[in-house]
Amino acid sequence: MHKEFLMGNEAIALGALAAGVRLVAGYPGTPSTEVLETVAKHRLPETYVEWSINEKTAMEVGAGAAYGGARVLVTMKQVGLNVAADPLMCLEYIGVKGGMVVLVADDPGPISSQTEQDTRHFSRFAKLPCFDPSTVQEAYEMVQEAFEYSEKYGTPVFFRSTTRVSHGYASIEVKDREEYRQVVPEGFVKDTKRWVIFPRLSYQAHINIEARNEKLGKVFSGYGRNFIIPADAQVSSDSVLCRRGVATGGFSFTYVNEAMAELGQLRELKVSTPHPFPEDLAVEFLQGLDEVLCVEELDPVLERELTYICGKHHLPVKILGKLTHDVKNSGENTRDSVMENLASFMGRAVPQQGALTAEELSDMPELPVRPPVLCAGCPHRASFYAVKQAMKGKKTIFCGDIGCYTMGNAMPLDMVDTCLCMGAGLGIAQGVNHMEPDTSCFAFVGDSTFFAAAIPSVINAVYNQAEMTLIVLDNSTTAMTGHQPHPGTGRTMMGDVVNKVSIEGILRGIGLESVETVNPLDLQASIAAVKKAAGLPGVKAIIFKYPCIAIEKPEGCMAVDSSKCINCRKCIRELGCPALIIRDNQVVIDETLCTGCGLCSQVCPVQAIGGASHE
Amino acid sequence: MSKGQEKKGNDESRNIVLCGVGGQGTILASKLISAASMAKGMEVRSAETIGMAQRGGSVFSHIRLGSGAQCPMNAAGTADIILGFEPGETVRMLPYLKKGGMVVVSSRPVMPVTAALAGSNYNGAAMIEYLRAKAGRVVVVDTEKACRELGSGKIVNLLLLGVAAASGQLGLTVEDIRQAVKLKVPAKFHELNFRALEYAEKLAQ
Repeated sequence: MHKEFLMGNEAIALGALAAGVRLVAGYPGTPSTEVLETVAKHRLPETYVEWSINEKTAMEVGAGAAYGGARVLVTMKQVGLNVAADPLMCLEYIGVKGGMVVLVADDPGPISSQTEQDTRHFSRFAKLPCFDPSTVQEAYEMVQEAFEYSEKYGTPVFFRSTTRVSHGYASIEVKDREEYRQVVPEGFVKDTKRWVIFPRLSYQAHINIEARNEKLGKVFSGYGRNFIIPADAQVSSDSVLCRRGVATGGFSFTYVNEAMAELGQLRELKVSTPHPFPEDLAVEFLQGLDEVLCVEELDPVLERELTYICGKHHLPVKILGKLTHDVKNSGENTRDSVMENLASFMGRAVPQQGALTAEELSDMPELPVRPPVLCAGCPHRASFYAVKQAMKGKKTIFCGDIGCYTMGNAMPLDMVDTCLCMGAGLGIAQGVNHMEPDTSCFAFVGDSTFFAAAIPSVINAVYNQAEMTLIVLDNSTTAMTGHQPHPGTGRTMMGDVVNKVSIEGILRGIGLESVETVNPLDLQASIAAVKKAAGLPGVKAIIFKYPCIAIEKPEGCMAVDSSKCINCRKCIRELGCPALIIRDNQVVIDETLCTGCGLCSQVCPVQAIGGASHE
Repeated sequence: MSKGQEKKGNDESRNIVLCGVGGQGTILASKLISAASMAKGMEVRSAETIGMAQRGGSVFSHIRLGSGAQCPMNAAGTADIILGFEPGETVRMLPYLKKGGMVVVSSRPVMPVTAALAGSNYNGAAMIEYLRAKAGRVVVVDTEKACRELGSGKIVNLLLLGVAAASGQLGLTVEDIRQAVKLKVPAKFHELNFRALEYAEKLAQ
């Protein structure tokens, strides 16, 4: 063992490697991405790792390896689980031979997601065991235990993390390489009665799953990471507080403990396996209590389980939480919110720790609002602007998608009319087109999202005779999640250089007659290409191809010639580039941000913006 | 944990907040503080913004040093020091500062696109003034001038770290930070980062 300072996601990755994981597959998505990246960085010679094209494929690749007895880790964010739901729901009926851990990172807030869905809930629906760590150290140890349970019970298991566990750092004890588990998998053994799903097999499997989960609920009552913390002496001697308890799990466990250290320790139940629920342990916790406050993020999973158990066992305990409006039912918990909830539950005042009071902060000046924006020099800005200029005055709809380019919605571009989930923009554009044939329908999709989720929808559009213009924003990377390679980049996570899959080739193969590749930073050529494509019938595509400024070193910097600038501010009003700022009532270019893309110089009506570095 | 233990832990514990705008280098600064503190044998917990907000949004890092901490996030009124990479963002995180706590802040404002669009003349001066009125001790670092003199815009993090370390409020010396740079930063940037630390040390005197 040795000590390392690790991010939660790094700890999960190293834990999986220590558990002898052989195959790791996933699709990037905040806050899950660093798990697979860390495996790739620290992999052993026998570890195979890939970014799959989407979560469904990752799950299927994982299943194949686990059928042969290999230990497998599949990684994704919570909305990625929706994509992987089909193979996973079926896989539960088939089972696995090698331990298979499905890491899903949930996003309370949400901070970087479309939904606040709760994977603990999904685990009940899918009938899968679920492990829910609270700290970085626990995540490291628990993921190894999750592999053991998975293998022992022949089922994939969820390992549910949340943003603050995944992206928190701590100095923790980790194993040396010599301590890693070394087992060579047996390999796939043919057995159609086992590996081929049929209704009769599923009926029998369903019986087995229910029996296993009933057993696991009992086993988990004795699992060391589900436990009761007794009330402290002061609380125990208080006639009211000695009959109150708190139930928690996930990252909220740390908030509760910080608050308990200040307020006094109530009897506390920490649940690390929300499914199957450790019912016996919960009954032991509930004995002799009058009221229990449930502190958890996302859905009231613990609260519903405890309410059910109270009913089942005739326990006269009031279960409080999100359903009873004692804790807010959406968004992230914080140390302060949990402190308030617990202080109120205990009838105590929130300890004043020397914070500035609300009154002292009441004269706070108005703070600048900072919605996330496209970076200075982002080629997507130029692409959006070209489409906007080309379609000015026409009846249009611009269907956006998931990626950096979702931020094309911000003023002044205002070029995203819809955004739903990965790849949805294409289908939405088709639906609008079928109902409103006089609307010019555009769908914007990034290169990674194109591979992950858009190709069937392009085929659908061609087959079903839709009229639409597809704009592929190809910046040669998966930018939003931190620049992961994808099939168009020609690099794999195993470090191989492979043939690039051509987006243009795919589109031509599907049968699009007009597919044009344009450099978006050439504004006139881009506008002309959009006008031409929009005028053609059927499905047509433009690929705006220019690398993300974060991967291709920018060349220089623009500058405003103040003797020519008429201060009309057209550049700011039309482009909204973060490098265009106003200083002393003059438009200037922030040289720490400018990349020299030159879009503003093409927009300036009096040619007052030039390339400073090229002079 | 009992109250007594918490008190004892407080003697060596320290809570730090870093804040700014996505892309300014708060994450590296947070990693350097953590590495330097670990090298001194301290328990470290931290949490930071990763994801969409990194694209020009408000970002923060929480760091908690010492064995008393269970959660990497700070509560309101518990931070000993705030390292502010941007004046407005520092005011936003001010509720986390302990009464009498210290603020080390860059004077250079980052104007959001929304402010530029609205024709706002946001220049950070009112924010600095507010910090001075509310915080125990405020050190304003003219990072714009320093970056010009050092010939790089990418060293705001080292300047703030250097000033904070030299003030004694970080529990780390400038030399501790220098050693952490050697561990965590690619060699080609060492010389520039060391110059920034020296510059900061002089500023603090």
